[in-house]
Amino acid sequence: MTTFTRGFRGRRRGEDDRLPPGQYLTEDFPVLSAGPTPHVPLDRWEFTIDTEAGQVHRWTWQELTALPYEEPAVDIHCVTSWSKLGTSWRGVSLDVLFEDVETTADYALVHSYGGYTTNLPLDDLLDGKAWIAYRYEGEELAASHGGPARLLVPHLYFWKSAKWVRGIRLLTEDWPGFWETAGYHNYGDPWREQRYADD
Amino acid sequence: MQADHLDGNALAGPLAEIFTADVSAAVSRCASCGLTGPVASLRVYDRAPGLVARCPGCEEVVLRLVRSPDAAWLDLRGAVSLRIPLSGTNPSAVLSDEGGRSGAER
Repeated sequence: MTTFTRGFRGRRRGEDDRLPPGQYLTEDFPVLSAGPTPHVPLDRWEFTIDTEAGQVHRWTWQELTALPYEEPAVDIHCVTSWSKLGTSWRGVSLDVLFEDVETTADYALVHSYGGYTTNLPLDDLLDGKAWIAYRYEGEELAASHGGPARLLVPHLYFWKSAKWVRGIRLLTEDWPGFWETAGYHNYGDPWREQRYADD
Repeated sequence: MQADHLDGNALAGPLAEIFTADVSAAVSRCASCGLTGPVASLRVYDRAPGLVARCPGCEEVVLRLVRSPDAAWLDLRGAVSLRIPLSGTNPSAVLSDEGGRSGAER
């Protein structure tokens, strides 16, 4: 097994501080997937936020990409132990999408084309912490990496950054998602190494 | 293009840690579409935080397996049943063997 130490050749200054416990640095972008890649035509693509009161907020592809965007450069950390530093994205902040959403819900269940789900507290999607990302490193987001659009929540393990995102359901009670019901941690903070349910 | 999944034979090793029988030789019935076939014919996505075995007919999840350092998490919700071939034991002999059963309870 390859391990990286503080003296690993080629490491740039500061990288050690940006690598959570138990992670190793990778330069490529591994493709992980729990199923076949869905291909959604852009004219049929939509993103929704469903509130606990039954209100549905809906954006077409044209509407989403016409919204003000940000270009975050962030480190990402996969629970399978690779981390990738300084990745560049373009996407719409969830703060923009939640501007007109009235809710008292504490929890969000993110769902994707293809059936994947993941849960997280609503607070972790707000205040500049999450985006619906549709460009990566200056290009359209490839389907293998979740295109046309994926959730980007870089402060949590990357399984929370749902590929092929389709919508967010707001809930008053927490509802564990795909990996969270199969042994993975409910929250998934890489800096506290919350990989498995008992961590 | 490289396939994005393996066949169900990839489950044999990981499941051998849990079951004494070879589950990849079993026949499963998909809870979603009812397709019945060998576990070895499932589509196994292993480039993921766990193993995800999907029905070759409807692509719904039949089985999931996650191995943490100290536990295995097995989800069989997507399988109505598994027919696991066994040999060497006559079930009627076990049922009529009251002495053996009570012995097991002691």
